[in-house]
Amino acid sequence: MTIFGQKAPATALVGLLIILLNVLVAVAGPMVAPYGETQVVGGGWDPSSATTWFGTDQIGRDMLTRLIYGARMTIGIAFVTTILSFFIGITLGLVAAVLGKWVDVVISRLVDVVLSIPLLIWALMILNVLGQSLTSLVLTIAFLDSTRVFRLSRALGINLVALDFVEVARMRGEGLWWIIGREVLPNAAAPLMSEFGLRFCFNFLFIAALSFLGLGVPLPYADWGGMVKDNVGGISFGLPAALYPAAAIAILTVGINLVVDWFLSIDARPSGAQAEM
Amino acid sequence: MIRLILMRIGLGLLTLFVVSAVIFLLTQILPGDVASSVLGQNATPENLAAFRHELGLDQPALSRYLTWLWGVLHGDFGVALTNKRDIIQELAPRFRNTLFLAGYAALLALPISVGFGILAAVREGRLTDRVANILALICISMPEFFVGYLLILNFSVNHEYFPSLATVSSDTPFGERVWAVTLPAITMTLLVTAHMLRMTRNSVLAIMSTPYVEMAFLKGLTRGRVVTRHALPNAASPIISVIALNLAYLVVGVVVVENVFTYPGVGQYMIDAVTKRDVPVIEACGIVFASVFITLNTLADVLAIVLNPRLRHPR
Amino acid sequence: MADDSILELQKLKVETITGRVLVDDVDVTLKRGEILGLIGESGAGKSTIGLASMAYARAGMRITGGRITLDGTELRASTASARRHMRGKSIAYIAQSAAASFNPSMTLMDQVCEAPVTHGVMSRADAEVYAKQLFRKLQLPNPDTIGERYPHQVSGGQLQRVMAAMAMSCRPDVIVLDEPTTALDVTTQIEVLSLLRDLIREFGTAGLYITHDLAVVAQIAHRIMVLRHGKMIEMGETKQILEQPKTEYARALVNERREAEHLALGIPDKVVQPILRVANVTAGYGPTAIVKNVSFDLAKGETLAVVGESGSGKSTVARIITGLLPRWEGEIDLSGKSLPAALASRAPDTLRRLQMVHQMPDVALNPRQTLEQIIGRPVSFFFNALTKDVRTRVHELLALVGLPEDFATRRPGQLSGGQKQRVCIARALAANPEVIICDEPTSALDPLVAEGVLKLLKRLQDELGIAYIFITHDLGTVRRIAHRTAVMLKGEIIAQGPTAEIFSPPFHPYTEKLITSVPEMHTTWLDEILAGRSSVLGSGGPAIPDSVLQARAAARRVVADPTKKDSVEWLAAMQVLSDGQKPEQAGSFNDLETELQNVKGLTEI
Repeated sequence: MTIFGQKAPATALVGLLIILLNVLVAVAGPMVAPYGETQVVGGGWDPSSATTWFGTDQIGRDMLTRLIYGARMTIGIAFVTTILSFFIGITLGLVAAVLGKWVDVVISRLVDVVLSIPLLIWALMILNVLGQSLTSLVLTIAFLDSTRVFRLSRALGINLVALDFVEVARMRGEGLWWIIGREVLPNAAAPLMSEFGLRFCFNFLFIAALSFLGLGVPLPYADWGGMVKDNVGGISFGLPAALYPAAAIAILTVGINLVVDWFLSIDARPSGAQAEM
Repeated sequence: MIRLILMRIGLGLLTLFVVSAVIFLLTQILPGDVASSVLGQNATPENLAAFRHELGLDQPALSRYLTWLWGVLHGDFGVALTNKRDIIQELAPRFRNTLFLAGYAALLALPISVGFGILAAVREGRLTDRVANILALICISMPEFFVGYLLILNFSVNHEYFPSLATVSSDTPFGERVWAVTLPAITMTLLVTAHMLRMTRNSVLAIMSTPYVEMAFLKGLTRGRVVTRHALPNAASPIISVIALNLAYLVVGVVVVENVFTYPGVGQYMIDAVTKRDVPVIEACGIVFASVFITLNTLADVLAIVLNPRLRHPR
Repeated sequence: MADDSILELQKLKVETITGRVLVDDVDVTLKRGEILGLIGESGAGKSTIGLASMAYARAGMRITGGRITLDGTELRASTASARRHMRGKSIAYIAQSAAASFNPSMTLMDQVCEAPVTHGVMSRADAEVYAKQLFRKLQLPNPDTIGERYPHQVSGGQLQRVMAAMAMSCRPDVIVLDEPTTALDVTTQIEVLSLLRDLIREFGTAGLYITHDLAVVAQIAHRIMVLRHGKMIEMGETKQILEQPKTEYARALVNERREAEHLALGIPDKVVQPILRVANVTAGYGPTAIVKNVSFDLAKGETLAVVGESGSGKSTVARIITGLLPRWEGEIDLSGKSLPAALASRAPDTLRRLQMVHQMPDVALNPRQTLEQIIGRPVSFFFNALTKDVRTRVHELLALVGLPEDFATRRPGQLSGGQKQRVCIARALAANPEVIICDEPTSALDPLVAEGVLKLLKRLQDELGIAYIFITHDLGTVRRIAHRTAVMLKGEIIAQGPTAEIFSPPFHPYTEKLITSVPEMHTTWLDEILAGRSSVLGSGGPAIPDSVLQARAAARRVVADPTKKDSVEWLAAMQVLSDGQKPEQAGSFNDLETELQNVKGLTEI
């Protein structure tokens, strides 16, 4: 099967299917959910049955319903975060690449400091200060993640800025935003797209991990990471309830990674290891 | 070359210094009054003032920072707000536990990932490579807690091979300790192996595409000799960097895994402190993680400089 | 198969894995001791044939048809291990870039001795003795100890000779020489060429000599095969190809080269006040000056060629004039008004008057824009024109450079190299400039295409009266287009004057060396030059890595990146830029850069 004029391998098709399904569920949410978000339909940790396909959670809510509502929250937050992170990261990265000199030095050094220790540790410390709310979660992760986007877009930008067509634009006296918007950005779009997939995965897992640690999405909302945490108690009795939301996280991430891997492999040239001997 | 190495180490120290300042700023200065948030709204002004004085909050920010930094350099992280115990007493054994878990996981992960990474690169595009690639991709996509609980459910609840809780104390004998942390170590191994495998593969592939590897093939050397004599010696430097960086990732990756297995390490300590808003402990853990990460990063760069043939044999 | 033939390719076919045909139905027969020249433009399939004769295809390519017979053995039907035993032992390869073809972490001796020891031809001790003999024959300095060095410790020209020794280490029957002198500077090329020729003759080795330069192959080959688009166009004795080519394509190739040999324009008699005046300009990167005390004038409608070998600072001159590299000292006037040193402080109208055409049209055009956007932007930017007028002007300009109007909607990816360079010229013209700086505008193009571009530039000058500063290393081009010429060496202009004068005695000694080093189109040229210049050998002139340009661009990028100051990369880059005399560093820099970027990339887990 071909997509965008490229032959897609089976793995990529599987990935696309997973993404499509998740997006559908997230958008359609309440319409496809069998019960209400907080409706109690049985006892705690009932096993799966004809009416509750994945059983119930720790206080008897339908697991499938919670998963569907959770999709909307979990995917939505990660998506908004990634968009914000890209907006900040690309803008700063390309400005640093095009302007160079002290602007570049200042921004790059700041980013170096942020990246010199793990983002999770920063996140823990910042969330400690800001307190737990959706806004502070999104802002914190977006800020932290934008440093990675900055690194990539700056690197791409610096390579493009060195090309003669950008030099021609400079010699014509074009302004900063023309050079960024018309000359550099369109040529950096392809690698940034792949990076978007990877960063989305990263943020998605990051937020899930924070929620699991009890520091992510705050309480009334259903989100997959938090659902794992809530249902962990069942594990020691052999009850797999906590694994369903965890598996949902894993499956979506696998799906995105499969598609991104395919994107990246389109441009990759075979290495010398493949020569005909 | 010596100059470059010293410069790199100096840069590492400088980074650590800056990071410590930022951490202090973030945890102590920005949140405003720690005293009132700890004592709550019912505190009387006298109580507050006394507590502030006890914490040294009535001093100017700079001198507070310097005092704190001086203490940290001497192994004195202060006292935990919640239980009033000396932080270093609590931190030191936990840090040893964390290193033990990370070291165990590294011991499992290193041979597998580097070995299969090289194999996948040499057999690029063949079945070995594709299978390794897909497996690594799946492992990377798994959240740590998913793998952890899956292992617990299968190997300690449904079949009681391993304990579900990795509870160890300082007097746990070595053998028992190894047995207790096997599941968490496997969880971390899966994640890190996938990363390391892909990076190793890419580093080797980059070398396999160079003209001198083609030249080696055209000299009629066997594939094995080309790989061992021409590709690997030049891939060593990037691979060692990969390893150093993933070790850093291991030490940090423990945060979630320690919480899954309630393992008494620094990660669990830090999460505990964050939920209780115990600022001195958060700071202490932050500094510990930062030092490990920066040290390993610096080490990776220094090794890259040392292994560079052009710097090793100057003209 | 005739008894004395050593290598025979029959109906050879090579395709990419996506099915594009690279080599189509080519037959080659090589007798013992005979040298066959393979000649053609880029993409003609020369290198692919060279590698296929070793039954080797690069990644992404497959040998899909034909027979490859080496010394009586058909290689495609043999086992993989039999093929491997032939490689290095019976048939050896010399690559274009010596700097990239040596393993940076092994000593030269280890690499030279590897093949004979592996194939069981000699013991390690014998192989070393033999290698030292070869080093001596190839006139390498310190033949007894040079083997202990690492590749980056030896210059590019010397490395190319060590690679020849490596290829001869098993005394092969056939040797494949893939552009062995192309990466070298013109003055170094002679030495390596003559040494290679002597070596091959002495051992009676048969050779496939792959090159794009007819004059080079004329010195060494018995027969020549002309290739185009993977097909054989013509094959014959060297003399016959040079003197009576039968096919039209071969004739065009020969004539293009011949025309360049003896031609020089007179100086235009209109003596007017200079439009551009460069006086005592000095500038460089970091603390080192690359261009020192350079002065020249340029009159309206005149072409000044700036020639020199790589590292002479000629491209830096262009960057100083355009303001990309602010000058440290000296004065530059455009139309009588002083030009500010830095680009940022120049007025739009000043920028308009001075345009540039770059060397590599591939990277000089934004691949995401249509030609209408590319050529139209200067029109609307400098003249505030309406959209409708811009379109009319774009069509006018396309017609002026000889491209059809409907190209306006195309993107650069849909054009050939020559067409792209025409678009670059149209873009420069769109600003109605007075001076255009052409930085090697034809050196990335195939000879016949380059000729068309040169003719276009000349025609535009006659019609529009534009002045050119023409930066090049190719003296043939200079003879054809330049009224006046300035010769650069180590950042200084050592001779300048009317082209006809520069190219006739009395010469400056360096100019003479430069001129006599350009291969000429008769088979005895090399012998004549060597006879006339006995002291040339062993002088060890500068040598270039395969991609000086890219390395330099990369180095400029690193140096311009202030966050990298004093890093390993930065130091390496400074070495590349400041050390014009040892540009082979550039090759090693490239590796170093990739290596460090690898490391840096990894921190982002």
